[in-house]
This record gives sequence, C-alpha cells and structure tokens, in this order.
Amino acid sequence: MTTPPTSITIPSHTRGWLAVGTLLRREFIRFARQKHRVFGALGQPILFLLLFGAGWSGSFQHPLVPDRTYAEYFYPGTLVLMVLFTAIFATISIIEDRTQGFLQSVLVAPAPSWSIALGKILGSTVLAMLQGVILLIAAPFVGIAFNPIGWLGALVVLALIGIAMSAVGFLFAWKMDSVQGYHGIMNVLMIPMWLLSGAMFPAVGASGWMRWIMTVNPLTYGTAALRQMLYLGSPEMTAGLPSLAVTMPLLLLFAVSTCAAAVWVAGRPRK
Amino acid sequence: MPNATLAVSASELSYHYGERRALDHVTFEVAPGEFTAILGPNGGGKTTLFRVMTTLASPSNGRVEVFGDDVVTARDRVRHHIGVVFQAPALDVKLTVRENLLHHGHLHGLSGKPLRQQLSHALERLELSDRRRDLVESLSGGLKRRVELAKVMLTQPRLLLLDEPTTGLDPLARESFWRLINELREETKAAVLYTTHLLEEAERAGRVIILDQGMIVADGAPDSLRAQISGQIVRFRGRDTEAIKTRIRETFQLEAEGEGDSVRVVVTDGGEFAARASHALGDAIESLEIARPTLYDVFRQRTGRSFANGEIA
Repeated sequence: MTTPPTSITIPSHTRGWLAVGTLLRREFIRFARQKHRVFGALGQPILFLLLFGAGWSGSFQHPLVPDRTYAEYFYPGTLVLMVLFTAIFATISIIEDRTQGFLQSVLVAPAPSWSIALGKILGSTVLAMLQGVILLIAAPFVGIAFNPIGWLGALVVLALIGIAMSAVGFLFAWKMDSVQGYHGIMNVLMIPMWLLSGAMFPAVGASGWMRWIMTVNPLTYGTAALRQMLYLGSPEMTAGLPSLAVTMPLLLLFAVSTCAAAVWVAGRPRK
Repeated sequence: MPNATLAVSASELSYHYGERRALDHVTFEVAPGEFTAILGPNGGGKTTLFRVMTTLASPSNGRVEVFGDDVVTARDRVRHHIGVVFQAPALDVKLTVRENLLHHGHLHGLSGKPLRQQLSHALERLELSDRRRDLVESLSGGLKRRVELAKVMLTQPRLLLLDEPTTGLDPLARESFWRLINELREETKAAVLYTTHLLEEAERAGRVIILDQGMIVADGAPDSLRAQISGQIVRFRGRDTEAIKTRIRETFQLEAEGEGDSVRVVVTDGGEFAARASHALGDAIESLEIARPTLYDVFRQRTGRSFANGEIA
C-alpha cells in the first residue's frame, strides 16, 4: 500500500482555503448541471422584466424622474432578483445536504468550519456575478446608456449583495431541518426584502410607514447603490436616492456583518 | 496517562439533552484493527454514540479518545484518524464519481498529484475505474456504497466508523459490501466500528457491544455471548402462529414468543422437545428448527425485553 497521506501536517488556514476552493467549484458544477437553476435564476428575472415592463407601461410615473418607462425603472431590481434567487438556490440545498448528502462528510472533515460558510457564500456570489454580466447585456435595451466604470461598479455592488443575501440564506438554512421551513423564511423575509428595496417601486412615493420599512431594509441600500452605479454619469436619473457615499458603506456593512455571522454560526458545535 | 495505541477509548461517556439520557456512563475500548459492532434498538443510543465518536457532538460528561486524541479538545486530529460512512450516502449525486472523490480529498488537505494517485488507486481497488465519469445519481445503491468506501479510504483512515451501513441495500449488495469491508480491513489493518439494529449483521463482527437505553448491556465476541445463554431455541413455522402458541401453552405450559412468521421457545434439550412438540402439534406446523441461542436471546436475558427488527417489542 502507498504511504498514508501527510495531510495532518498542512497548516489549518491553507487547508481552509483549499476547502473553500473545492466547495466553490462544487457550486459551479452543480449549477451548470441543473438546467432548472439556470432557467430559474436567469429566466425568471427576464420574464418579470418583460411582463412588468409591458404591464405598467402606461401607468407608471416616477415622482421625480419624468419620462422613464417602468421597464427601465424595474431593470436594476431584476438584477437584484437574480442575485437573490441564486442565493436561495445555493443555500436551500444545505438543508438536505446536511442530513442526507455530501455535506455530512464535510462536517466531519478536518477543514475549518469557516471554509464551509465561505465556500457556499463565495460560490453563490461568483455565480451571481457571472449571471450579472450576462444580464447587463440587456441594459441598453431598456434605455440605460453604457458606462464602463459605472457598470464595473455595478458588478461590485452585485457581488456585495450576493455575499449578503447568500449569508442570510446560509444563516437560516444552517439551523433548519426542513425545506418547508426555509420556504417560509423565503416568503416572509427574503422576497419582501426585495419587494421593499426600491426594486419594484420608489421609496419617494411610498406612504409613511412603508418609507420607514424601506429605510431600515439593508437591501434598499444595495438596490440604490446599483442604480447609482448604472447611472454613474447621469445623476438626474437617481433623484431621491441616497448618494453612493451613503449606500456603499451601508452595503459593505450589510455584507460583512452577515458573512461574519454565517462564519460564526458554522463554527458553533451542533447538538 | 492516556493509552495512545487504542483505536477508541470511551470512559464514563454520558450524553443528555433535556431530561433524556441518550448515553449513560458508557465505557469501552477498541483495539487497533478490531472489528466491532454496536448493536441496539432504535433510540437506544447508538446514533448518539456514533455522533460523539465522529466529533459531531460533544459528550455531556466523560471522555472519548481516538488513537489518544480527545474528540473535543483535539477534534481535527481525530478527524484525520477516522473515515466515516453515514446512513445516507454522503455523495453529491450531481457530481461524477471522480469529482466526489476529488472534493473529499481536498477537504482533507490532499491535492495535486498525490491526490490523483490515491484517487486512481482507490477507484481501481474498488473496481470503479470504468464508472469514474458517471454521475453518482446514475448508480445503484450498492455501487453508491462502493463509491463511499473508495472516498473514505482515500485518506487511509486508521478507524472506520459506519452508521447502519447497509440501509437500503438488497441482500446481494449487502454481501458484497461486507466482503469489501473485510478485504479492506485485511489490507489496511484499520479498525472498523459500525452501528446496526440487525442481529445478523452484528454477528459478522468479531465483537459486539449491545447498547440499550444508553447503557452497555453486553460486550464480547458473538459466540461467547451466545454461549452464556443455556438451552436451545426451537422455532416453529406455520400458518396460524397464534394457534401454535396456544397449543404449546396448553400442552407444555410454556410461553412461546412470536417472531415474525414463526414461533420460538427456549428449552434445555432442543432435540427432545422438538420430537414431543412435532407429535403434539402435528399439522399445525409447517416446519421446525433447532438452533443455538442468538444475540436476541442475549439481549432478552440481559434486559428482560424483546428486540426484533430494530424495535423493542
């Protein structure tokens, strides 16, 4: 027999990054092999864009920016929806994976627990960014002028939103025993977060208590930052929104704190 | 001073959650290379014991050491010693056989050429080379288990821990599985410890630890445990098991037990009783069998309860 592997002598943080890398790769391969995920994450936002754009075309009037079609208004929200669904699909699989699948052996491997959280979060985020690049191709069709620096910034914003929402999904999936429970959280928390982030309607026109909810919703700052980046050269298009100087730090805080929480939760011993 | 050569050393191990005591002062040792079964009814504590030994759960009291390393304070070192096979296959069905092994290797700190060599060797040894690029979801239950063994043997563990490893396998696949386990034991000298609720499966091991209600009620080689039960088992099969039990009660003043489609009695002289019973019962019985006591009888004698098919009767 060959001599036993000396993996025990490799330092813990190198093992950690090797683990993150392999878990990340696993996310990619799984995504590519499951056509319904590709359709769901990409197809649904595009479908929404077409349907809502057409449906609201005559009725929508932005309070501060005149002559803007709903399709154009809704487009950034479509990108955020794509990121949200990518995060959901990536993290919902944790539940069964943990009790009946591959994740069982990950939990008894000598890989540090933070690598499990990061592998999942980064895997989901990179997938979201790849899809973001594809969806950005549609931007000029809704009237958003091409703007290289801004669009690069938009990808950064999408990455931060991806990290944050994947971490949120991870936090719930890690503790849950049933997929139904996750659906509950998805419907009661995650999707409303998106609905009330300025993706569907501007905060400016919303009534008092609704505006308050939208102000405390961290995703609002993500969506706002995305709009700011997409319209980097045209500030009149983002009238009424907090500036990048406000939105970027808050988005960063959202991403870092949820990610830290996910890493911490993954490290605690399970009963 | 902890004994560094024992594969497993459990000392006054207890585990409780809320009011429930899942494990109660469990103490045992497993030597390197030993082949041990942990037998018990569902809910008896074997899964909890499995979770503690695989570092998934921490003891409430007492300690467990694997090759001298404590499962709580030296968790990562323990994880390097062990290979774990769970009740549900720990495989990603959307990945190929080869990809599953690769990812497992990376998670254990293996990479590059050494990993690829170990991988090829494991696939060859488990006769999976021709399936290396197949998606795991296309494999049968028996093949999936083989992939798991290949995966687990990648890191050449000194202790293999298995939880109800033949769940869902048909009899042929089970035989194949145990044959492989025995071959791997011979080749790698790894200690093997598995949980089961099936008596026949526990009898394959060189040593059986019977766990009931969180406590060890028996510990020894199957044959020597059985030899401690005096008497023989006479088992009757017939269409109407209740009628057989009644006739035995009336004729011999003996309480027979139902066991699936048969009825059994424990007597001193099996042959002599069988002769008298076949006369007395006549057409009521289809067949009759004389057997040595089984682990079922050991359990019964030690606990006073019946245990069949994983459940307390």
